[in-house]
Amino acid sequence: MAIDAPIEAVRDLAPEAPPRAWVDVVIRFTRERPLGAIGAALVLVMGLAALLAQLLAPYDPLTNDYGAMLAPPGASHWLGTDAHGRDVLSRLVYGSRTALLVGFGSSLLGGTLGAVIGVASAYFGGRVDLFLQRLMDIFLSLPLIVLALALVVILGTGTENVILAITVPMVPRAALVVRSAGLAIREMPYVDAARAAGFGHARIIFRHMLPNVMAPYLIMLTAFLGQAVLLEASLSFLGLGVQEPTAAWGLMLRGAAVEFAETAPWMGFFPGLAISLAVFGFNLFGDSLRDALDPRLRI
Amino acid sequence: MKKLHPAGLLRTLGRAATVVALLTLIPVWAMAQQPRYGGELIFPVPSEPPSYDGHREETFGLIHPIAPHYNTLLRVDPTDPTGTKVIGDLAESWTITKDGLTYTFKLRKGVKFHDGSELTSKDVKASYDKIIFPPPGVGSSRKGQYRSVETIEALDPLTVRFRLKWPDASFRPLGLASPWNFIYKADVLAKDIHWYEKNVMGTGPFKFVEHVKGSHWVGKKNPDYWDKGKPYLDGYRALFITSSSAQVAAIRGERAYIQFRGFSPAERDSLKQALGDKITVQESAWDCILMVAINHEKKPFDDKRVRRALTLGLDRWEGSKALSRIAIVKEVAGVQVPGTPYATPPEELAKLAGYGSDINAARAEARRLLKEAGAEGLSFTFKNRGTPMPYEPVAIWMIDQWRQIGVTVKQEVIESAAYFTPLRKGDFEVAMDFQCGYIVEPDLDMYKFISVDKNPANYGRYVDRVLDDLYEKQARAADPEERKRLVRQFEKRLLDEEAHYLLTLQWHRIIPHLSKVKGWQITPSHYLNNQLDAVWLAE
Amino acid sequence: MWKYVLKRLLLMVPTLLGVAVLVFVLMRVVPGDIVELRFIGGGGGQFVSEEQLAMERAKLGLDRPMWRQFADWMLGLARLDLGVSMWTGAPISEELELRFALSLQVAVMATLVATLLAIPLGILAAVRQDTWVDYAVRVFSIAGIAMPSFWLGILMILGFLIVFKWLPPMVYTPFWVDPWQNLAQLTWPALAVGYRYSAVATRMTRSTMLEVLREDYIRTARAKGLWHKLILTRHALKNAMLPVLTVIALEFAFLLGGLVVTEQVFNLNGLGLLFVQAIAHRDYTLTQALVLLVAFTFIFVNFLVDLAFAWLDPRIRYR
Repeated sequence: MAIDAPIEAVRDLAPEAPPRAWVDVVIRFTRERPLGAIGAALVLVMGLAALLAQLLAPYDPLTNDYGAMLAPPGASHWLGTDAHGRDVLSRLVYGSRTALLVGFGSSLLGGTLGAVIGVASAYFGGRVDLFLQRLMDIFLSLPLIVLALALVVILGTGTENVILAITVPMVPRAALVVRSAGLAIREMPYVDAARAAGFGHARIIFRHMLPNVMAPYLIMLTAFLGQAVLLEASLSFLGLGVQEPTAAWGLMLRGAAVEFAETAPWMGFFPGLAISLAVFGFNLFGDSLRDALDPRLRI
Repeated sequence: MKKLHPAGLLRTLGRAATVVALLTLIPVWAMAQQPRYGGELIFPVPSEPPSYDGHREETFGLIHPIAPHYNTLLRVDPTDPTGTKVIGDLAESWTITKDGLTYTFKLRKGVKFHDGSELTSKDVKASYDKIIFPPPGVGSSRKGQYRSVETIEALDPLTVRFRLKWPDASFRPLGLASPWNFIYKADVLAKDIHWYEKNVMGTGPFKFVEHVKGSHWVGKKNPDYWDKGKPYLDGYRALFITSSSAQVAAIRGERAYIQFRGFSPAERDSLKQALGDKITVQESAWDCILMVAINHEKKPFDDKRVRRALTLGLDRWEGSKALSRIAIVKEVAGVQVPGTPYATPPEELAKLAGYGSDINAARAEARRLLKEAGAEGLSFTFKNRGTPMPYEPVAIWMIDQWRQIGVTVKQEVIESAAYFTPLRKGDFEVAMDFQCGYIVEPDLDMYKFISVDKNPANYGRYVDRVLDDLYEKQARAADPEERKRLVRQFEKRLLDEEAHYLLTLQWHRIIPHLSKVKGWQITPSHYLNNQLDAVWLAE
Repeated sequence: MWKYVLKRLLLMVPTLLGVAVLVFVLMRVVPGDIVELRFIGGGGGQFVSEEQLAMERAKLGLDRPMWRQFADWMLGLARLDLGVSMWTGAPISEELELRFALSLQVAVMATLVATLLAIPLGILAAVRQDTWVDYAVRVFSIAGIAMPSFWLGILMILGFLIVFKWLPPMVYTPFWVDPWQNLAQLTWPALAVGYRYSAVATRMTRSTMLEVLREDYIRTARAKGLWHKLILTRHALKNAMLPVLTVIALEFAFLLGGLVVTEQVFNLNGLGLLFVQAIAHRDYTLTQALVLLVAFTFIFVNFLVDLAFAWLDPRIRYR
C-alpha cells in the first residue's frame, strides 16, 4: 500500500479529462447532486436580485414615508413597510447587494490572503512556517466576533470597514486550511524530484501546489461566504456593522424589528429569512462541491 | 315612654342607616387606598453602578439600586408629576433669610443609620463638605453647581446652616434635593473618605443585603426607619439586565414588576397586548433631549443664516406624531420640559424658528437663507452616536427633513464609546449631542449652552456673551416671574436668533408596569423617586 | 515524546505574548476615554470639571507612559495577578468568577449537544450516502448554521412566552446550589448554540466515515458479511473519530468567549457580555485580561489536541 500511495496520489491529482460543454456539466451536477443545485439556485437568485435591484425594487429603499409606517404586507407594499415607512421588499432587494458585497469582498480578500500565507507556510516550512503559524495562532485564538468587534471599533463603522473587519479573522482560518492541504502535497516525493531537477520555487508552487489546493480553497470560500453574511448580520445587530440608512439585511433585523416582533413581524421575518436562505444556499452548494471534488477532504 | 312619632322614627332610622352605611363604607374605602405591607419588588436595571458613591457617579445605574439605602436633606415630592416640588427628607423644616443668603435646616429627631447610630448635623455637614469642598483625590461630580455656597455649619446636633455668596434660585432643588446627595456618616468619612465607594450604610428605608456582580442587588426593609409605617415593601431586588428585549420579557413573564428608566412605544404596546389589565402605563415628558451640535469653527456653520436654515427645515410637529410611535421621543419643547414651571407655553414656543406650524413657509425661508448665505446645495457629514434608541430614528428623520430643503447629509455613525472623542475635540461639522438632567431646573438644563470658554461641554464651540449674561441673571433672579422672562429670552437667543444649538424633540418616558405596583408616580427624571419608601404591592 | 511536549509548550509562550501585545496596543489605539465615559457618558455630568477628569485618570494610572503600564501588567501576570478592573476597581478575578463558571457550563453543555447530534447523524449520513437520509441530515445540519443566532434566540424566548407563558430564570444559580434552576436557564442557549456548532462536526464525521468505508478491509468485510463489517467498522471508527474530536475540541475553545450575541439575547451573565461591556467602557485592564484568558484557553486546547495526535501517531513527534 505504502509503495502504491504516491502513484495513486499522483493519479488522483492529475487533471481530469477535459470537461464537456458547460451546460453538460451543469446538468450532470444538478442530476447527481440535487442539494447542491438547490443551493446554487438560491445563490443565483440572490445574485440576480443584487444585479437587477433597480428593476426589481418597486420603491426607493431610502425614502421615508411616515404616512405609511408599519404597514402590513398588502397591495401597495408587498412585504409591508418598516418603522419609517420604507418598503421592505425594496430594502430586501437592495440589501442583497450589500450582503453580496460584504460576503464576497471579505471572503475573497480573506481567503486569498490566507491562501497565500498558507501556501508559503506549507512550501517553505522551517522557520518561515513556525513564524507564520505563530502569527496565525495569535489571531486565531481570538473569537471571531471579538476580533471583528475590536476592528470595527478601531476602523469605524460603514460598509468598507465592515468588509475589512470581517476579512481579518478569515485570513488565519484560510491559512490553516490551505496549509494542511499544501502540506499533503509537500510531502509528495515528486516535489523533491522537481527541486532536484532544478525547477524554481515559483514554478513548483504555481504548477503543482496551487492547482491542488484549489479544491479546498473553493470549498472554504463557500463556507466563508455564509459566515461573512452571518457575521455582518451579527455586527449590524450589535450596531457595529453597516449603518443607516443603507439597506442591509442584518441592519433590518435590529432595533425596531426586535421591538415590533409581535405587532409588525414582517419587518424582521423577511430579512431573517433572506439571510437564512442565502447562507443556506452557500453552504449547500459548498457541501455538494466538496462531495463532487473529494468527499475525503478534511475541511 | 315617649310616643314614637312615625316621622321621627323614620328620621332616626334614616340617620342610623347613614351612620351604618358610612361606617361600612369607610373600611371598604380605606382598604382600597390602604397600602398593603409585604412583598419584594423586583425590577430590572439596564446598567450596573461602577462604584457605590452617589457623590461621584453619574449613572442612573447607581440611583436605581442604591437610592433606597439613603436619605437626602431635601427631596423632590414623589407624588409630584412635574418633579419640581421640593419637600423635606431628613430636614423637618427650614427657614431662608429674606436676602436668600442663609438657609437654616432643622433635622428630624431619632433618625438612625443602619448600624444603629443616630444621625446628627455633623453627618450632614460632613457629607456636604465632601460634595462641595472635596479633599484632593476625592471626586465630586457636581461640585461645580455649588459655586454659590460659602460655608456649611453644624450649629447644634439638629440644625445645619448653609451660607451662600449670592442668592441662588436653584440651590434648593438642585443643590439640596439632588437625588445624588446621599447623607453619609461623618465618623466613617473621617476614618476613610473613600469608604462609601465600596460600601453601603445610610439612613434609608432599606438595608443593604447583597450585590452579585453582573447579576443582582438585594435590599431589605429597614425596621427602624424614621418615617414610621414606611416602607411597605419587605425588600427589593434589582436585576442587572442590559438587553431591553430581555427586560420586556422579564416583565411580561411577570418575573419583574417595573423598570424605572423607560421603554419604547413598541415595547409598551406589546406588553399591553400581552398582559392587558395587568399592566398600567405611566407616561411623562422626559428631562432628556437630543440636540444638534453645530461646530461654529467650521465654515459655513459660523454663519447664523445657515444654522437657522437647518432648524427651520425640521418639521417638529409632524415629526413628533410619526416618531412618537416608534421612538422614545415626543414633545416639541424648548429648553425646559413642557409642563414644568419655567417651560415656555406652546403659543409662545410656536414663534421660535423651527417651531411654527406652517412648514412650507419655514422650508421656503430655509432655502432662501441658504441661498443668501451662498450655501445652496449644502452637503455635510453628520456624526451620530451608535446607540439605537432614539439616536437612529431621529437621525433618519432629520436627514430626510434636510433633504427636503436641498441639503445632502451623509451619516457617519460612531461606536458609542468612541463617540465623545471627536465631539470634544471639535472634529466634526454637525453632530448629535444629548443631555439628561436629574431635576428639571433651568440652571442645570441650560448650563450646557453657555460659552465654550466657560463650559468645555459646549460642543458647538461658540462664544456668546449675551447668552452668558442671561444665564447669570436668571440664576440670581429672586422673583420667579422675572426668572421666567429671562429663561425665555435665553431660549429665544439660543434657538431662534442665533440658532447655536438645534433642539430636536423631547424624549418621552414610558413606564409600563405591573398593575400591582402602587404608590409610584412617574416624573420627568429617571433619577428621581427611587427611594421606594412609598411603593407597595397590591395583590 | 517529552521533547515534543516541551517544544509545544515553549511555542505557546510567543503566541501568548503576541496576543498580549496586540490587545494592549489595540486598546490604546482605539478612541474613547474611560473617564469621560463614566462621568459624561450618561448625558449628565454637566458640571464635571477637567481637573476631576484628570484626577480620575491619574488614579487609574493612565497618565503613566505606555511601556510602564505594559510592564506593570506583565509583572502582575507573572505573579498570576490579573489586576484590577478600571471601571469598578474590583479585582478582575472577582469579576470573572461567576461569569466564567456560567460560560464554561454553557460551552460544555453546548459541546455535549453538538457531539450527541453530530456523531450519530454523521455516521448515518455516511452509511446512507446520496439517499434521502443523507440529504435530510445535511439539510438539517446546514439549517443550523444558516439562521442568525440572535434570531433563533429571540424566537425561542418569544415562543416560550407566547406558547408556554413561561420564561427561563433570569438570574444565574450555580449548578450545585440549585440544579433545576440552573438547567432551566442554561438548557435553551446550550441547545441553540449546540445545534449550530454541530454542523461542522456532522460534516467532519460524515467525511471521515466515508473515507473509512472506502478502505479495502471494510470492503472485504462487507463481502464476507455483515457481522464482520460491524466489528471492523467499530475498530475503524476509533481512528476516524480523531479528526472529529479535534474539531469538537477547537469549537469548544471558541465557545468560551465567543457567545456575545447569544448571551445578550438569552440574558446570560457570561464572558461574552462582560467582554462587550469592557470594550464599551474602555476598561483596558479587564479587556486585556479577558482576551488573554480566552486566547490561553484556545492555545491550551490546541496544545492538548496536538499532544493527543502525537501520542496516537508517532510519526508526528519526529517532525
